[in-house]
Amino acid sequence: MNVTVRIPTPLRTLTAGQDEVAATAGTVGAVIEELEKSYPGLRDRLLDEKGVRRFVNIYVGEEDIRFLDGLKTELKSGDAITIVPAIAGGAA
Amino acid sequence: MRHSLVRSRRLGSVLDMVGQTPLLRLERIGRSAPSVELYAKLEFANPGGSVKDRAARQMILDAMADGRIRDGATLIDSTSGNTGVAYSLFGAALGLPVQLVMPSNVSKPRKDIARAFGTEIIFSDPLEGSDGAIRLVREIVAKDPDRYFYPDQYSNPSNPLAHYLGTGPEILDAVGDRITHFVTGLGTTGTMMGTTRRLREQARPIRCIAVEPADALHGLEGLKHLASSLVPAIYDASLPHETHRVTTEDGWDMADRLAREEGLLVGHSSGAHVFAALRVAEELHRTQGGGCVVTIVCDRGDRYFAPMKWEKRYTW
Repeated sequence: MNVTVRIPTPLRTLTAGQDEVAATAGTVGAVIEELEKSYPGLRDRLLDEKGVRRFVNIYVGEEDIRFLDGLKTELKSGDAITIVPAIAGGAA
Repeated sequence: MRHSLVRSRRLGSVLDMVGQTPLLRLERIGRSAPSVELYAKLEFANPGGSVKDRAARQMILDAMADGRIRDGATLIDSTSGNTGVAYSLFGAALGLPVQLVMPSNVSKPRKDIARAFGTEIIFSDPLEGSDGAIRLVREIVAKDPDRYFYPDQYSNPSNPLAHYLGTGPEILDAVGDRITHFVTGLGTTGTMMGTTRRLREQARPIRCIAVEPADALHGLEGLKHLASSLVPAIYDASLPHETHRVTTEDGWDMADRLAREEGLLVGHSSGAHVFAALRVAEELHRTQGGGCVVTIVCDRGDRYFAPMKWEKRYTW
């Protein structure tokens, strides 16, 4: 099982500048736990005690995991996970 | 003119509708700091619905005055929304074509509003955020510099000047010398820079506090986490006396409270501003037993209503 995770610019300080990282776990939640081991701090940026933070969108392929099975969404080899903040920021 | 009649004045152009926005006392939100006056300047009363009308108007008028906008030129800039709406309506009113570059994850109503004025939108990578949009617009302009007027709101001194000439004096006119604290967020930093520059000219000290998102990854649209962003050229770190950091959740929850307790449906950055301003007011109440805190409500919350998947025919 190999999946890729695209990392948005604001989180690349945690991934040593990488815009894409690899994972092997079978669900979105397990992938986040797996990445937390290599990139400490990533989990808390994405999740709170209730699940995915309200302003964070996680996609598997084109689908928002809120419309799939959330963190339990199962992955298959080759899936691409994308993390996108709900907004773009930058103009007050 | 009598102050009560300011908003009923007769005007000759949509550009003249900018400014003279109301200052509203937040009585209910401010209950936890009863000895302190807490005010919000309601920038959604501008014709484009946001604080960005001020900067856009000033940048266009200053460029027209000194010949930076040639005949047949197109205005192009990067914007996550409100500045784009402002460019779009002033461009329409002045016969100036407008192109906007924005990350594709900006809310659909924002794109639709700008398009309603005839503006063309160019999308940049959503993973690159507003900095990606800035880089793309610079590439486009570099290829054909004569074709474009690029106001570059992050670097244009007319942006803070709009607030030095407008927002600052209007606040002083409305609350006089009672103001003790001014609180607003950092995006392009124009509101903070220009207003603070004016307020710091007063003989009596007014403490000016900047608001930033607590984390690099955040959901406070319009605000910038400066440590992880391209720092705008107009930003002068010596102007704010201090900076407060607000989490996305605190900003969003305060936006909800403003709707339910004050009848003010505001955007998330305004929620963050009021959250920070209330924290300042509560501290003043505890330590000073009084004060007057003014903050900025940048826009209305309905600008962020995004249609759900089954509402794709939803029109604005």
